[in-house]
Amino acid sequence: MTTVLTLPVLLPMLGAAVTVLGSRRAALQRVVGVVVLSVVAVLAGVLLVVADERGPIVTQLGGWAAPVGIALVADRLSALLLLVSTLVTLAVLVYAIDQRIADYGRGTASTTFHPMYLMLCAGVSLAYLTGDLFTLFVAFELMLTASYVLITRRTNASRIRAGMTYVTVSLLSSLLFLTAIALIYAATGTVNLADLAGRIGTLPSGLRSVLGLMLLVVFGIKAAIVPLHFWLPDSYPNAPGPVAALFAGLLTKVSFYALLRTQTLLFTRDEPWTLLLVLAVATMLVGALGALVQNDLNRLLSFLLVSHIGFMLFGLAVFDAAGVAGAALYAAHHITVLATLFLVSGLITRRTGTVALDRMGGLARSAPWLAVLFAIPALTLAGMPPTAGFVAKLALLEAGAAAGVDTRIVAGVVIMASLLTLYALVRVWVRVFWGKPCAPLPDEDDADEVVVGTARSSVPMYVATGLLVAVSLAIAVFAGPLTALTARAGADLVDPVSYRTAVLGGRASR
Amino acid sequence: MTMTMTVTMNPVTINVVMALTVGVLYAVGFTLLLSRSLMRVLIGVVVLGHGTNLLLQLAGGPPARPPIVGTAPPESFADPLPQALALTAIVITFALTTFLLALGYRAFVLVGHDEVQDDVEDRRIARQKVPSAPLEAGDGEEDVEGADDEVEAAAARGRDGS
Repeated sequence: MTTVLTLPVLLPMLGAAVTVLGSRRAALQRVVGVVVLSVVAVLAGVLLVVADERGPIVTQLGGWAAPVGIALVADRLSALLLLVSTLVTLAVLVYAIDQRIADYGRGTASTTFHPMYLMLCAGVSLAYLTGDLFTLFVAFELMLTASYVLITRRTNASRIRAGMTYVTVSLLSSLLFLTAIALIYAATGTVNLADLAGRIGTLPSGLRSVLGLMLLVVFGIKAAIVPLHFWLPDSYPNAPGPVAALFAGLLTKVSFYALLRTQTLLFTRDEPWTLLLVLAVATMLVGALGALVQNDLNRLLSFLLVSHIGFMLFGLAVFDAAGVAGAALYAAHHITVLATLFLVSGLITRRTGTVALDRMGGLARSAPWLAVLFAIPALTLAGMPPTAGFVAKLALLEAGAAAGVDTRIVAGVVIMASLLTLYALVRVWVRVFWGKPCAPLPDEDDADEVVVGTARSSVPMYVATGLLVAVSLAIAVFAGPLTALTARAGADLVDPVSYRTAVLGGRASR
Repeated sequence: MTMTMTVTMNPVTINVVMALTVGVLYAVGFTLLLSRSLMRVLIGVVVLGHGTNLLLQLAGGPPARPPIVGTAPPESFADPLPQALALTAIVITFALTTFLLALGYRAFVLVGHDEVQDDVEDRRIARQKVPSAPLEAGDGEEDVEGADDEVEAAAARGRDGS
């Protein structure tokens, strides 16, 4: 079992190495990518089942026991998110491969796409599985460095601008993360999360608040919490379709996972966190209101992405088992639904030749399948019953209603933000799918990667998008067992005794 | 120039000169990060990275205590772990500096300068305040292109000015 824990990180890395070596053999690259991610998905499923039955699985790397060595830990939360994330990366990879085949033919290999994609997946797996603060930093760097390359590939002027903003902001947050690690190490003498959980409690409360807030700022920048969200709607819409879907699905959620893990493990509190409640309200409203005035489809989705980060923050801010469980369920659903919407947006853009909503129309008649593929994730994101979004929002609202007066007020904002989301998406529906059909616009920029204004979308691209829709429908169908699972995960997070005992063994009592 | 303060278990001696150096590096780094030219941003990241790495080193104890077995009793070693962490961080910062350099060069080739341009959306919002340039509903795309030209013009002005 302990070897299995290293494979979700090692396999994508080895796969990346193989795709670099075979950079002229397109078929090899595709097979390696899909096989590696499929195996990781199966392993993540196994980890989830075992972690749920027997408690957290721990591997001490290099034979040094924690807190000296580096520990990899898979508990219910990390295994669940790893499973969902890998399913999403797999579907997005299939979509990207098929888009490439449709645009350039079977023969063209890519020297950068496949290696960087797999490195990003390795970084994501490591971020979920690590039990060590510094390794978390390395995982983020692995993930972000790959994402820098992916967002600036095949550059044109607008992509360079987006890339600059994205890289600079991410670098700044990484350096702040490193600063926080240095201060935490100076204060406690350890970077092992389980060990820190015991030691940080003994620090003076002022120092503890400073360290907690530094980590909040660091992950707040990466997870696009208002007012630290400004970089996201500037950079994501300029990325190529599948890359935007990958980023929207994963990167912000991995950061939210890191926030959830560090705050619940290191900075435990007994009552709702007022600061985070305020930030959650701001994030929900700024994101939803920003989405209402957008004319660019991808930009609109980016603002909705920001808005729904606020929903997860609300779950964490409630800071009891139910709230954290709701946040975990919401994160799992959010990863799939946002990736799906960005993939659908890519399909729409290919067909219409534009991202401007006012230049589209009539797609419901000319592309009915596209309408179905958009409608299901849109209703899911807005939280209409009986979709997965409804299940996740219900979990959050129940937690908020039970916790106290101020969380009840914020629960009202949650409902309002959901309605605003619905309104923004209905606006998209009316503009894009109803009305008079518009002729596809010609491709203005042949040099960039995005081929637009063509009905030449291959069937597998639709199938890959449909697979993701199926995953989010599965979350709705298995809502009962999943809610029970996240409830157990939430209880683990709020009272991390099993996590600490699993990592530290007998020394946990210190 | 040294003072001692007790944190949790062991007394940690903090060198005021080193602390000030870290502070100055952070201040310079953040100031440079706020500028528009990507070269300045790059130098800002480098300086900020140095500040962070120095801070990591300081977390391991005062300077001039190499953790080499046999040269001194283990009690007077510096903590070797932060040095290992700093080494990793230096490698990462170095790699990303190279990447930023390549990005800056690419921007120079494509756009002719390496200045971060205005956000098109911010431009649109800024223009909504001016009564002489009202924004009509539904002309988003044209407006966006117009804003691009303005950004170019502004960037050109900035170049001439500097």
